[in-house]
Amino acid sequence: CVLLVTSAAAPSSQRCLSWWGGVQMGPPDPILGVSEAFKRDTSPKKMNLGVGAYRDDHGKPFVLDCVRKAEALIASKQLDKEYLAIGGLGDFTKSCAQLALGADSEVLKSGRNITVQTISGTGSLCIGANFLSRFHSASRDVYLPKPSWGNHTPIFRDAGMQLKAYRYYDPSTCGFDFNGALDDISKMPEKSVIMLHACAHNPTGVDPKPEQWKEIADLVKKRDLLVFFDMAYQGFASGDIDRDAWAVRHFIEQGHKIVLSQSFAKNMGLYGERVGGFTVVCNDAEEAKRVESQLKILIRPMYSNPPMNGARIAATILNTPDLYKIWLEEVHGMANRIIKMREQLAANLKNEGSTLDWQHVIDQIGMFCFTGLKPEQVERLTKEFSVYMTKDGRISMAGVTSSNVGYLAHGIHAVTK
Amino acid sequence: MSLFGEVPQATPVAVFKLSNDFKDDPNPMKVNLGVGAYRTDEGQPWVLPVVKKVEKLIVADNRLNHEYLPILGLPEFRSSASKIALGEDSPAIQENRVGAVQCLGGTGALKMGAEFLRRWYNGNDNMKTPVYVSAPTWENHNSVFANAGFKDVRPYKYWDAEKRGLDLAGFLGDLETAPKHSIFVLHACAHNPTGTDPTHVEWMQVAEVMERRKLFVFFDSAYQGFASGCLDKDAWAVRYFVTQGFEMFCAQSFSKNFGLYNERVGNLTIVARDADNVRRVLSQMEKIVRVTWSNPPSQGARLVAITLNTAELFAEWKDNVKTMADRVLLMRASLQAKLQALGTPGTWDHITQQIGMFSFTGLNPKQVEYMIKERSIYLMASGRINMCGLTTKNIDYVAKSIHETVVNVQ
Repeated sequence: CVLLVTSAAAPSSQRCLSWWGGVQMGPPDPILGVSEAFKRDTSPKKMNLGVGAYRDDHGKPFVLDCVRKAEALIASKQLDKEYLAIGGLGDFTKSCAQLALGADSEVLKSGRNITVQTISGTGSLCIGANFLSRFHSASRDVYLPKPSWGNHTPIFRDAGMQLKAYRYYDPSTCGFDFNGALDDISKMPEKSVIMLHACAHNPTGVDPKPEQWKEIADLVKKRDLLVFFDMAYQGFASGDIDRDAWAVRHFIEQGHKIVLSQSFAKNMGLYGERVGGFTVVCNDAEEAKRVESQLKILIRPMYSNPPMNGARIAATILNTPDLYKIWLEEVHGMANRIIKMREQLAANLKNEGSTLDWQHVIDQIGMFCFTGLKPEQVERLTKEFSVYMTKDGRISMAGVTSSNVGYLAHGIHAVTK
Repeated sequence: MSLFGEVPQATPVAVFKLSNDFKDDPNPMKVNLGVGAYRTDEGQPWVLPVVKKVEKLIVADNRLNHEYLPILGLPEFRSSASKIALGEDSPAIQENRVGAVQCLGGTGALKMGAEFLRRWYNGNDNMKTPVYVSAPTWENHNSVFANAGFKDVRPYKYWDAEKRGLDLAGFLGDLETAPKHSIFVLHACAHNPTGTDPTHVEWMQVAEVMERRKLFVFFDSAYQGFASGCLDKDAWAVRYFVTQGFEMFCAQSFSKNFGLYNERVGNLTIVARDADNVRRVLSQMEKIVRVTWSNPPSQGARLVAITLNTAELFAEWKDNVKTMADRVLLMRASLQAKLQALGTPGTWDHITQQIGMFSFTGLNPKQVEYMIKERSIYLMASGRINMCGLTTKNIDYVAKSIHETVVNVQ
């Protein structure tokens, strides 16, 4: 049998007989683990403010009407289930790129982008990270904003990249550390990869203003950095598709050859269908073809070709004017409910008698709010009030409703006064 | 000046290029014997009747939504899928030492297994562990394991081109000389591309050597039910290895036997020594899943789970599978009979002896090129044909073409 390093618990003789005796128990995922703990809690007042999945004002999952209509349309067509191409459904990838870049984008007209269908945002980042690892020999460094989505780090690390950080969130203002970011960007070695959240920064909800984006774009160009945009919330941040894509489009207009990850998990509520896209903006169409061929070489040994169902739904919505219109309204509706909850939370905290400044709850944007709560306060909020959130103080506003916002304010006030 | 200026054009994946060339061919007599997807006798894709039924059920069920599945997938899918491979009454299941990960098709299951093995098998991050794949094998096997980091992916003898059958002595020989702890990718049934499976006795011999030499068993099961028409028969090898006490992986695909190709429905079944080992293995699988696709797609898995867990639907599915397998068997018999009647040089028994979707005709690259260029019959350079591409309407043309090719091209 295989010689083993000593490890905990199980009888050593049993482990000795197994290939897996040396496999340690992996730590629970910090974000998804919150949901597991929430499920086990029996309190009737419990709140799950962990995962960023939208909930309606009754706290229920929301299946968009445009999605249901698209599904009915698709069902009536009696389509077959033949394999998609490695790069995915053409109708989807085209409209996916158009959504991000804008219908009148010069990039689309000249065909100098390659957009492949991916397994939602994670799958897109995975392909992107591995593509850069394989072909961006000029640098191994990926700069993430501090903080960033927890899963960014292991994705890039697993692809063989080196993780670095740039200042982003200012805890003293609960806002954007613009000067800190510029300062750090100015020092990044040329050709490093810089990860930018296109809108609705996760986990802080803090986005740069357009004037700030302009300065960032200029500096990034001066430093000759490779821009990797992660856009998981287009439409969800401000309620306006084009406004949320402004930064991406501005960078492209300024000549940046970006790579871009898109997710339709949130803005179309297609979470479990795994709908996403990965785009590389190239010099020209010929280069795009070469890049495409290499992306396929990466994808084939991962999962051969992507799943149809969600992409078909998304493509139908994006390409059917009536459904597209309904979708825009529904996205606007979801974003508005979030904005309203922010306002109500801030108001309720004031009513509770909190003397702290909660302006950031209203200023931050998108699904998440970086409350500013410290780990000990988060722990108390969970233990004493059954409010579940991640240790960094992040709450998903989507989990807040008009019926529980008062309770939440009460709990937050209790642990922060 | 581009960041990607140095990115070379990659050669296209052969089987997809073949399909593209077929599509562009204007010849009305053209036949596509390339990609491995089932076709009806009208040459059309077939959405299984039971699948259509269950899809309607899903649409009508208002309790369902599009929320995230757990990282490891839909629980009722994972357990029922593993039961399909191992059998309801599997001792391993009863002993609570089976785990599963829902994956993106069979490819995804192979990938997850490969990534896990590279990290945790035979040491930590040991990329030197040899991985053996059959000669020949599904070409993507090589890339899956290489991309997972394994530096030493090698062939094991399998196909005997001369006798057009299994090279058992070569296979056993490679098992005997493989470094201990080497990983072996075994085709559970309906070997792709040769259609040649070991007999029960031959599997037993393979198992004996693997056990003695501590080789790792990694089954690829993409055609269960499709080979003989019977799920249990097709799972014999997998179940035998379980009874012999192996810890092993089995990558399952539901692309073919459910006709759910584009929904990417797969399952990695893990058989370990005990529940504790399964638990720890699954916890590490979660880490790998999280950086690859976070959680798997729900539609296909839900469909399969409902089917497998509902008695009448399960029966209907088995029937649909048998329909597909029977048509393939009919085409095999028919092709072999026609070639014999034509007096085509050589022996053609292998066509009916081989099993599953594919047949290794024995045609050489020059003959294959002739078939494509002169007859518009598209098959892989290896001589592999997809039996599903044959229909009662085109089988005469194909038989005559093979005859003409064999006679005129050497």
